Amino acid sequence: MMKAPLSPGAVCYNLGHISRIPRGEGRTYRLRDRLVAVFRSRSEELFATQADCPHRGGPLADGIIGDGTVICPLHAFKFNLRTGTPLGNSCPSLRTYPVRLDADGNILITVDD
Amino acid sequence: MTRKQRLVVIGNGMGGARLVEEIVSRPGGEHYEITVLGAEPYGNYNRILLSGVLAGTYCPEQIFLHPLAWYEQHDVRLCAGQAATRLDWQSHRVQIADGSWEPYDRLVIATGSSPCLPLLLNLVREDGQLIEGAFTFRTLDDCQAILAHSSHARRAAIIGGGLLGLEAASGLVKRGLEVHLIHRAPHLLNLQLDAAGSAVLARLVSEQGVQLHLSKETVAVLGEDRLYGLRFSDGSELACDLCIIATGTRPNTDLSQAAGLAVRRGIVIDDDLACSVPDVFALGECAEHRGQTYGLVAPVWEQARILAERLTDSASQKQYTGSAISTRLKVSGLDLTVMGDKEPASSTDEIVTYAEPTRGIYKKLIVREGRLQGAILLGDLPGSMPAARLVQLFLRGDPLPTNRAELLFPCHAGSKQALSVAELPDDAQICNCNGVSKGAILAAVRAGKRSLQALCEATRAATGCGSCKSQVQELLVLACEGEVAEDPAVHYYVPAIPLTKPELVRVIKERKLRSVSAVFQALADGREDPTSKAGLASLLKTIWGKDYQDERDARFINDRVHANIQKDGTFSVVPRIYGGVTTPEQLRRIADVAEKYRVPLVKITGGQRIDLVGVRKEQLPAIWKDLGMPSGHAYTKAFRTCKTCLGSDFCRYGLGDSTALGIKIERRYQGIEMPHKVKLATAGCPRNCSEATTKDLGAVAIEGGRWEIYVGGAAGSRVRKGDLLCTVATHEEVLLYMGRFMQYYRENAKYQERSYDFVERVGIEHLRRVLVEDAEGICERLDREIQAAVDAYVDPWQREAEQPVTPTQFSQALEAVPVPLGASE
Ligand SMILES: Cc1cc2nc3c(=O)[nH]c(=O)nc-3n(C[C@H](O)[C@H](O)[C@H](O)COP(=O)(O)OP(=O)(O)OC[C@H]3O[C@@H](n4cnc5c(N)ncnc54)[C@H](O)[C@@H]3O)c2cc1C
Ligand code: HEM
Ligand code: SF4
Ligand code: FES
Repeated sequence: MMKAPLSPGAVCYNLGHISRIPRGEGRTYRLRDRLVAVFRSRSEELFATQADCPHRGGPLADGIIGDGTVICPLHAFKFNLRTGTPLGNSCPSLRTYPVRLDADGNILITVDD
Repeated sequence: MTRKQRLVVIGNGMGGARLVEEIVSRPGGEHYEITVLGAEPYGNYNRILLSGVLAGTYCPEQIFLHPLAWYEQHDVRLCAGQAATRLDWQSHRVQIADGSWEPYDRLVIATGSSPCLPLLLNLVREDGQLIEGAFTFRTLDDCQAILAHSSHARRAAIIGGGLLGLEAASGLVKRGLEVHLIHRAPHLLNLQLDAAGSAVLARLVSEQGVQLHLSKETVAVLGEDRLYGLRFSDGSELACDLCIIATGTRPNTDLSQAAGLAVRRGIVIDDDLACSVPDVFALGECAEHRGQTYGLVAPVWEQARILAERLTDSASQKQYTGSAISTRLKVSGLDLTVMGDKEPASSTDEIVTYAEPTRGIYKKLIVREGRLQGAILLGDLPGSMPAARLVQLFLRGDPLPTNRAELLFPCHAGSKQALSVAELPDDAQICNCNGVSKGAILAAVRAGKRSLQALCEATRAATGCGSCKSQVQELLVLACEGEVAEDPAVHYYVPAIPLTKPELVRVIKERKLRSVSAVFQALADGREDPTSKAGLASLLKTIWGKDYQDERDARFINDRVHANIQKDGTFSVVPRIYGGVTTPEQLRRIADVAEKYRVPLVKITGGQRIDLVGVRKEQLPAIWKDLGMPSGHAYTKAFRTCKTCLGSDFCRYGLGDSTALGIKIERRYQGIEMPHKVKLATAGCPRNCSEATTKDLGAVAIEGGRWEIYVGGAAGSRVRKGDLLCTVATHEEVLLYMGRFMQYYRENAKYQERSYDFVERVGIEHLRRVLVEDAEGICERLDREIQAAVDAYVDPWQREAEQPVTPTQFSQALEAVPVPLGASE
C-alpha cells in the first residue's frame, strides 16, 4: 500500500546513486536517527522497509530477496517487501516507505519524521 | 446506503477470534465494522497448544491461528493489549483500559476464564502478584515466564492433578526438571476418571518420571521474595524452585457483573446466546448456558458458529442446546480419551470394561439404550477402533453395534467398514480441537492437499491434541481414491522447480544454464523464489566449477561477505589453521588483530582453530589483510576443517601420523562447496582422541600402519558412529577415497542434507560398491571432478580484501542526505 500524499512531517532523503546497491541485493541506510533497508530487485524494482527484523532484530538488508519477498538472515522469517506483511510468521508487519529514482538515478525515499 | 453496524468483541481468545473469522467469511459479514478488544498483546493463538510449547514440541510462533496481519487483511480493528474495563449497556458503549469509550450496536463478550488460585499462605504478594517462582498456566505470557524460569530451576511442583496439571508436569519432565505433582484428591483426574482408571493412569504417569503426591493438600508456599518450597496440611514440606498452580479455572465475569448482567457461575446466556440485556451476547468459557459452564474448546466452536449465523442472518433461528464433550490428555506416550459419564446412572445402563493394568490398558464404556453415554479409553490396542471414532459415536448419538466387543477390540473387516469414517456425513466434526468437519477436509484434498502434512496445515485438523490424525489420514486415502501422493515437493531439490536433483542436474547441463537467474528464466517462468536461490547457487557451482556465473544476490549473507553472521548482525572470523597446527608467529598476528580491532571475543573453536567473534562487516577486509591467513570457511556449506590428534610423532600410542595426514587433507580440500558443511578428523590410533569416527569423514590409524576411513558420523543434535567405507595403507589413498566420497556426496545429496543423513539414505553397502568396488564405473570420473574443484579453489579472503566485488560489499550502513521539501517533486 502506498502512503497518501506527502504529509506535513514527511522528509525526503537522497540515498545516492542506485549503483550502490548491487542488483538483487539490499543495503542499510542511515537517515538521521533511523535505519532503513532498501532493496533493488533483479527486475529493477525498489523497495524500502524498516531495517530490523521484528522477530529478533536481524539486519533485513542482508537477507536474500526474490519475488517481492525478503528472508531475514537470522532465522529465515519472510516478509512481503511491497506491503511489509509477514509471510508464515506472526510478527507485526514491517514499516515500508515510498522510494523511487530521480532522473539522475539517485534513490529518493520519503519518511515521516 | 445504511451505516455499517458496529460489532465489538471483548476477548481475543479462541472464542472471540473464531467468531470474528466466522462472521467475516459469511455473507452478511460485510455489514459489520468489527472491533476486537483483547487483553493479551497478541493476535489470536491456539491456547490448547500451550501444553506443547511448554513441552518443547511447538515454538510460540507456530501456535498462532490469526496473526496480526490477518486482522489487517480482513479490516478488523484489533486493539491488542487493551482490556475492556467497563460496560455501559444502557448507552451501548464499552470503556477501554486507556479510558476511551467504544460505542457498539452489538456486543459479544468472550472473556474466557482465569486460573483459580487456592488460598495458600505466601502465594500472593502484597502487590497482588504471585511470589517469584510460582506461576499460573493459562496464557502465552504465563508459558514464556515458566520457560524462562525453568531454565535455571531444578525441581518443579505442580499443584493440581487435572488435565492441565498433568500436561504441565509432563512438559517439565521433558525439559529435564525433577517434577512433583501434588493433588488433593486420592485420584488423578478425579473429575474424568473412576478409581480403577485413575490407578492405571497414576502408574503410567510415574513411569514417565513424575513423582506423585496424592491426597496431599498444600497449605503454604515457603519463601519470602522467592519460593523455595511448599508445606502441606500434614505438616510435611517439599523443596522446589518452581511451582505451577493448576487448580481449576473461574469464568471472567467481573465486567459483566459490575454492569448488572445476569451472572451466576458464568454470564447467563439463552439458547440464542443472548445475555440478559439487549444487544449483548456471550460465548466461550465465560458463559453459562442452561446451568452449565464449559472448560473445553469444542463447545466454543459450536457457539461461535451459531452466533455468527444469527448475527449475519437476521432470519436465522439457530439455537444452541448445549454440547456433549470429550477430551484427550495431551501427554506424549500416553493415550487417554474420556467422554461423557464415568459411572452408570441407573441399573439399566450397561457397563463394558476391559482392563490390563500392567500393560497400561483400561477401557470402560457406559451404554444407555444402545448408545454410548460415556467412555474412558486408556492405552492402545493396536488394530482396534480409534478413540476418535468412538468420540464421534458418542457425540452423534449413533446406535452401537450389538456386538460390543467390536468397540474395543480389533474386528473383522465387515463391521469395521460400517464404523469407518467413510460412513460419516460431511458435516461430521473430525477435529474437535479446531472444529474441522469431514467436508472441509475432503474439500481441501480435492483442492490439491494430497499429503497428510499439507492437509493438516491447510485445514488445521489434527494440529490440536492430535487424536484425529488417523482419521484425517483415512479421509485423505479415501478422497484420493487410494492414491495418496506423498507430497512430491518433498523430493524437489528446491521448492520453486518441480524437479528432483538428478532431473534438475540433467536439465541444467542440457540447456547450459550457468547462473541462478538463467535457471529461474528457463524453469520457473522467471519467478525468482528467494527460498530456492542459495540451493541453486550451490548446485550450479558444483556442476560448472570455474564456468559458473556467480550472482552474489543468490548467496546467503555469509557467502557474500565470507563470515558468519551473529545474532546482533556482527560477524565471526575464523582463519584457517591447517590440521590445528599453528606457530607462535601466527598466534601473535591473531592476537595483534584482536587487539587492533577490539574484537569482543576470542574463542578456541571445537574444530581446533581460533574464532574472532563480534566483528563489524566493514572491518572484515582489513582484518583479513592484517591476518594474512586464508579463510577457514567456518560460515558456509563447504569443507570446513580437519581436526587432528597428536599421532605417531609425539604420542606414545600413535600408530600413524595423523597430524601430517590432517594437514594434507585440509590443504587439498579446503573450502570446496558441499550440500552442507563437512567436518573431518584424523586419529593416530583407535583411542580416537580427535573423535574421527563421529565426523562427516574420518580416518583412524590401526595396527600395521593402515587407515580406516569412516563416513557419515555425527556428534551434534544427532549422534551417529560413521560407517567404515574401507581400510587403506597410505595417506595418498586416504586422500583419494575421501575426495571420491566428497564428489559423490556433492552430486547426489540434497541441498542441506548432512553426510550422515545421506549415508543412511543411500546405505553404506551401496557406497562401498560404487566408491570402492567401482560397480558403476564412475570412480575415475569422480576423481577427476573433485580434482577440478581442488584446482578451481581460490581463497576468497585475500582475493576480496584487495578487491571488493562491489563498492558497498562490506558497508554496514550507508549515509543519506535530506533533500529540501519540494525539490524532489
Ligand atoms: C494449557 C491449556 C491446555 C488446554 N488444552 C485443551 C485441550 O486439549 N482441549 C480442549 O478442548 N481445551 C483445552 N484447553 C481449554 C481451551 O483453551 C479453552 O476452552 C478455550 O481457550 C476457551 O476459549 P475462550 O474464548 O472462551 O477463552 P480464552 O481462549 O481464554 O479467551 C479469552 C480471552 O479474553 C481476554 N479477556 C479477558 N477479559 C478481558 C477484557 N476485560 N477485555 C479484553 N479481553 C479480555 C483474555 O485475555 C483471553 O485472551 C486448554 C487450556 C489451556 C490453558
Ligand atoms: C523457522 C526457523 C526458526 C529458527 C531457525 C529459529 C531460531 C531461533 C533462534 C536461534 C532463536 C534464538 C534467538 C536469539 O536469542 O538470538 C529463536 C528465538 C526463539 N524462537 Fe525462533 N526460530 C525459528 C522460528 C521459530 C519458530 C517457528 C519457533 C519455533 C520453532 C520459534 C520459537 C522461538 C522462541 C521460543 C524463541 C525465544 C527463545 C527464548 O527466548 O528462550 N522460532 N529462534
Ligand atoms: S588417538 Fe591415539 S595417537 Fe592420537 S593422540 Fe589419541 S592416543 Fe595418541
Ligand atoms: S531476527 Fe529476523 S527471523 Fe529472527
